[in-house]
Amino acid sequence: MSSYYLAIIGTRDNPIYELEFASFKNTTILSSPSTPNTPPPIPGKARFAPNVKELLPFIANSSLDLIEDAQFTSNQLNLGKIDTFYGISINAFITPGNIKFVLCYDGNVKEENSIRSFFNEINELYVKTLLNPFYAVNDAIISPEFDLKVKQLARKYL
Amino acid sequence: MSEDIILPSATSLSKLTIHDTSKTGFGYNPAIGPISNSITSETSSILINKRTITLSSAPSIYERNITNKKPVEINLSSLSFLFCEIVNWTHGQSRGIHDLEMKLNKLGYSIGQRYLELIKLRDGIKLNKRDLKIIDILHFIHGSFWKSIFGKHANELEKSQDVPNEYMIIENMPLLAKFINIPKDYADLNCGAFVAGIIEGALDSAGFYVNVTAHSVPMDGFPLRTVFLMKFDQSCLIRESIH
Repeated sequence: MSSYYLAIIGTRDNPIYELEFASFKNTTILSSPSTPNTPPPIPGKARFAPNVKELLPFIANSSLDLIEDAQFTSNQLNLGKIDTFYGISINAFITPGNIKFVLCYDGNVKEENSIRSFFNEINELYVKTLLNPFYAVNDAIISPEFDLKVKQLARKYL
Repeated sequence: MSEDIILPSATSLSKLTIHDTSKTGFGYNPAIGPISNSITSETSSILINKRTITLSSAPSIYERNITNKKPVEINLSSLSFLFCEIVNWTHGQSRGIHDLEMKLNKLGYSIGQRYLELIKLRDGIKLNKRDLKIIDILHFIHGSFWKSIFGKHANELEKSQDVPNEYMIIENMPLLAKFINIPKDYADLNCGAFVAGIIEGALDSAGFYVNVTAHSVPMDGFPLRTVFLMKFDQSCLIRESIH
């Protein structure tokens, strides 16, 4: 069970979309009662510790330096795992228009392929957003439908 | 309460404020940050049970297929009418030739930004690469980019012999200028400024900072022949020499 933090970063290093979530898989294991007073955890809700949660945007931002190093040395869209920070791993993806997708997650996830598929599908969603004439590059993506689609992808792949 | 930590993101504060909350539980609010769209018990059950919910009355743009490889062709007459109206409207808004060209360029710019991402996506995951060198991205613009917009490759791609940062794409028969006759007192005007804007938008968002202008250079048999002159920023050349 790992928690994830996804950030889509614009060309001016501005966040245009963020999402915290956890893997939807193996939810049954967690329903075992730990203490009777606490309610059962919500499946899919991120379980980052509060002190880590505060740091997540900073971890994502600090990885931008590494992404920019790779930007003109690797011609791949999916950069794979680029960094780790105190047990948080960071995977990144750059679109042809230099929008960055950063995914921070805890635990030792070895599913590089599912993250790759996840990023590719997010890329398609992003292009659909971009084709909307009322959306300009670097605007925040506030569409509820986009949010729903991303969460459905998260459920499907991670 | 750890849940009360608010991590505001700095962009687009004008559109949504921290008082705007989503009624459906979906939707990212940049004024609040990731708390705004964190997964609640309601949204979690929707996702786990794969329930379909309708968030708006109109059909969603996210349901459409945009990766269809078959080219969608539109009528040249209607395109020309539309472009004619664009030029006409821009002409009414502008003060002189230079301003008119700037405005046409700006209109094309946002098209270029979108087309770059769209065409790269349509290329498919296997072929999908980012272009790192000026010459690679120019081949892409001259080839598949031009083909998906105008239905054919551009005629020539040349490098300036004197100036290291200047490249040219040459189009013998520009599609959009086919029905445009430039009046005498607008002798310098080239409505290809719109297409130049498309090129500029695509190159800029790919990370190649460039200034593109359109110039009429007629030749025997090709009276509308247009040269798109691209002046790359020095930073691109410096980057090429490093990597």
